[in-house]
Amino acid sequence: MNPFDFQRAGDALGAVHAISGDAKFLAGGTNLIDLMKNGVERPRKLIDINRVALAAIEPLPGGGLRIGALARNSDTANHPLVRQKYPLLSKAILAGASPQLRNLATNGGNLMQRTRCPYFMNIEFAHCNKRIPGSGCDALHGFQRMHAIFGASEQCIAVHPSDMCVALAALDAVIRVQSPRGERTIAMADFHRLPGETPQLDTNLKPDELITAIDLPPSPYAAHCDYIKVRDRASYEFALVSAAVGLDVEGGTIRGARISLGGVAHRPWRAERAEQAVLGKRPAVELFETAGRAAVEGARPYPGNAFKVHLAQRAVVRALSAAGGVA
Amino acid sequence: MEPRLSHESGGEKGDISRRECLTIVGSVAGGLVAGLPAISATSDGASSSVTTNLRINGQAHRFELDARVTLLDLLREKLDLTGTKKGCDHGQCGACTVLVNGRRINSCLSLAASHDGDEITTVEGLARGGQLHPVQAAFIEHDGFQCGYCTPGQLCSAVALLSEARKGDASWVTADVRRTEPVELSDEEIRERMSGNICRCGAYPGIVQAVRMASRLGQGSAG
Repeated sequence: MNPFDFQRAGDALGAVHAISGDAKFLAGGTNLIDLMKNGVERPRKLIDINRVALAAIEPLPGGGLRIGALARNSDTANHPLVRQKYPLLSKAILAGASPQLRNLATNGGNLMQRTRCPYFMNIEFAHCNKRIPGSGCDALHGFQRMHAIFGASEQCIAVHPSDMCVALAALDAVIRVQSPRGERTIAMADFHRLPGETPQLDTNLKPDELITAIDLPPSPYAAHCDYIKVRDRASYEFALVSAAVGLDVEGGTIRGARISLGGVAHRPWRAERAEQAVLGKRPAVELFETAGRAAVEGARPYPGNAFKVHLAQRAVVRALSAAGGVA
Repeated sequence: MEPRLSHESGGEKGDISRRECLTIVGSVAGGLVAGLPAISATSDGASSSVTTNLRINGQAHRFELDARVTLLDLLREKLDLTGTKKGCDHGQCGACTVLVNGRRINSCLSLAASHDGDEITTVEGLARGGQLHPVQAAFIEHDGFQCGYCTPGQLCSAVALLSEARKGDASWVTADVRRTEPVELSDEEIRERMSGNICRCGAYPGIVQAVRMASRLGQGSAG
């Protein structure tokens, strides 16, 4: 690990005033410390925000919920209000990592976690545009099992590894951030970037901005939702493909739908055409098979991950069927 | 145990050349002029030295730490608490699992300096007055290990698992996360909740049996 300066921040304003170009905020550390051990991240300064009071989980006026950026993943998944009003979020969080890691990892850190692409994680690989802009992409001609089938570029085919963020995308979360200039909000759909020509940028967060909370609007999906995760072992493994689904069903008719995919793109991937396909219809396996096909329209797989197109399609059908009660 | 600590951190400093030492002093002075918090004091050659207070297995300690020191390395290298094991050192195996304020974490991915004021329990702190913790006794009775390397992490993890289940924490295999009552620990629940601890000998059947037995005894409170 490279040497670094270490500062403890007492509050969010203190933290954002202490940040500079080569500094990083340290929360749970489960991703950052790992990447520092690998030499992928080499910050000159860490600003420890673990004692900043941003861990509350509180109801919002109007029925939503504010989840503190520093609430631990385990506390978020197990909070009674999250479990009752946003069970999709609980399920997605519990699908990820291990109990030990979820006890350390924070919600803000989950949003900020970096790809698990092995060509990014290991500095022995010379070509990674995310790690060394302009150096190329070893994954383009490498092992592609864990890589993107949507929204990739010639510069980067990495995926965002989160489960939690897939649910946040389906739940229309809003990210609250603080900087020395004040506060602002970023819709979940605008938070993570596609790689394009600048894969070194994972998010639209500015360098001096700190995530303070995640706001969830009131959700009509609690009664009909599911998170499906397909992976190479039964637990404690990143997704090949995952699907977060929420259905708003009234009188036997689907009035609203959210379908979001994980493990397939540089950000959580909303399958909006599939959502449209089920609106106004009654839950049925045939309908969900149509939606599954719509969800993977436009997929662009690579030689090493062509199987993920069919896998994503089936995951959508399974999640919709479970959520819609026709499984 | 405590006095050795300042010795060891002095030893680390001894590796720094005289030129680097002077740079460090210069940097500290510069920092003070700029009005930065006194906690940071570093330059190109070294990490900050950070004052960190920890309670470890019931005993208070005060350290002056290189900021890079993980909780795992602090326990093993500075305190000789070598029960906690370094397996992968990347949060992938669980051999380094300890309890922090009663909650299980991977000590390899956590900087010791970020735990100021925390209460740490390692495998050495599970037994009480020469009597094994019920989870330890259950692992022996059910052959929950072979080589034993992962066992300290498995034990700390299992102790925390039991308190999580009593609190009603859900897992990935919990049928309905909306139900918040205490969890009935089926073998499937135990396997999922222990999945953060890898055993390369494959002692999993014994581990599951041991956790099941400990849960039926209704014992195994953290720390």
